[in-house]
Amino acid sequence: MSATTIPSNTKWWNGGRSPFDISYGKVMMWYFLMSDAFTFGAFIISYATLRFSMNSWVDANQVFNAFPGLHGADLPLAFVSLMTFILIFSSVTMVLAVHEGHNMNKKGVEKYMLWTILGGAAFLGCQAWEWTHLLTGEHFILSKEGVLSALNTTPSHNPWGIDHVDKAAVIGALPKASPELLTAMIHEHNHAFNAQGLGTAQLVEEATKLVNAGTVHVGSQGPPAFGSYFFGITGFHGFHVFSGVVINVIMYLKTKLGHFDQRGHYEMIEKAGLYWHFVDLVWVFVFLCFYLV
Amino acid sequence: MSSHSTVSSPEITLAPKHDNSGVKRIWQVFTLLSIVTIIELAMGYAMTKQAGWVDKHSALGMFFVGAICILSIAKAYYIVGVFMHLGGELKNFRLTIVTTLALFIWFIAAFLMDGNSWKNLKNTNAGSREAPKTENAIPAAVDKNAKP
Repeated sequence: MSATTIPSNTKWWNGGRSPFDISYGKVMMWYFLMSDAFTFGAFIISYATLRFSMNSWVDANQVFNAFPGLHGADLPLAFVSLMTFILIFSSVTMVLAVHEGHNMNKKGVEKYMLWTILGGAAFLGCQAWEWTHLLTGEHFILSKEGVLSALNTTPSHNPWGIDHVDKAAVIGALPKASPELLTAMIHEHNHAFNAQGLGTAQLVEEATKLVNAGTVHVGSQGPPAFGSYFFGITGFHGFHVFSGVVINVIMYLKTKLGHFDQRGHYEMIEKAGLYWHFVDLVWVFVFLCFYLV
Repeated sequence: MSSHSTVSSPEITLAPKHDNSGVKRIWQVFTLLSIVTIIELAMGYAMTKQAGWVDKHSALGMFFVGAICILSIAKAYYIVGVFMHLGGELKNFRLTIVTTLALFIWFIAAFLMDGNSWKNLKNTNAGSREAPKTENAIPAAVDKNAKP
């Protein structure tokens, strides 16, 4: 640390000097991150409180077991592990960019900022796939009133209840189901199935066979708060990743244009780095609360 | 920042040319974070129904959940301390961050206990108010035509 000789008549509280021997910009970025930490903390803790208050929730490993490109595979934790490693790796490239900035190495900073941007964009792509998969994936449920329906996983619908559904109850509800629903049920098992010209009775018969054989799974409705919290919190986090990518792109462009060379220091990269690491850190806890425990 | 003084951070004024000693530490911490993540994932996977090796509600399962939480806090310590370089800042600055974050200990404990209490109240109906006695709730019928 450099020793700064302080004159004896220095008035510490007159302003004009940044405390703790670091620039105002860095101090303020840290304190902004603290406020953001409490915001995320409040969201996640309210989610945890709700889960603790309920006798049953959902089994995350039944909900999140898909992997892009591997349709029908049962791979719990696989895709989210990939997302976690992408974000950790992009955090490392960010630190390396900051390090290159300390050495005033413009080309080094550019290289590592590009890798960080790529990592962030890859994470966003993965999150977009995950959301699409959940929002468009249909799952059959039998409501408490005995009505069959097909639900997507949305902020207001949850087809992942863990209550056991009796096969007999499902078969009893099949005659009341719409032809579209019956066709969707049969189609899920047999993609080549053609419902043209078939009457409702024949559809019911076909669906009954599949339910008896256990090939068509009908579940129960779970607490709607699951979707609200999942999409709300991962969305809020994803918004931070997106804004982080935008900030990193601006940092990359400013580096390329020589703004930091002119200034004589790359401290802006450090501040952007603090934000990016915060985003990675929040993901560690989001991943913990939604996928792991 | 004062317009008269130059930038005060030592990292800016005293940067040595092409110092690569920090790079090794960065990759060391990356390796550490990766290993910790893999351990967490292994424990998490063991508790899935697909693997079925450990039941989440058994003693070992609860130990796994606790260990995963502690490992996540360890990851936070390394990301904040090394990647965000808080470890290299002045002690008093570090304290302003760490003591504020200590609020989370109360925050988490209080709300999880609250949630648990809520579940118990719902399950045992212990929080129900007793219905008021009928004489207090509904006044006796008054005969308006009766002579006082």
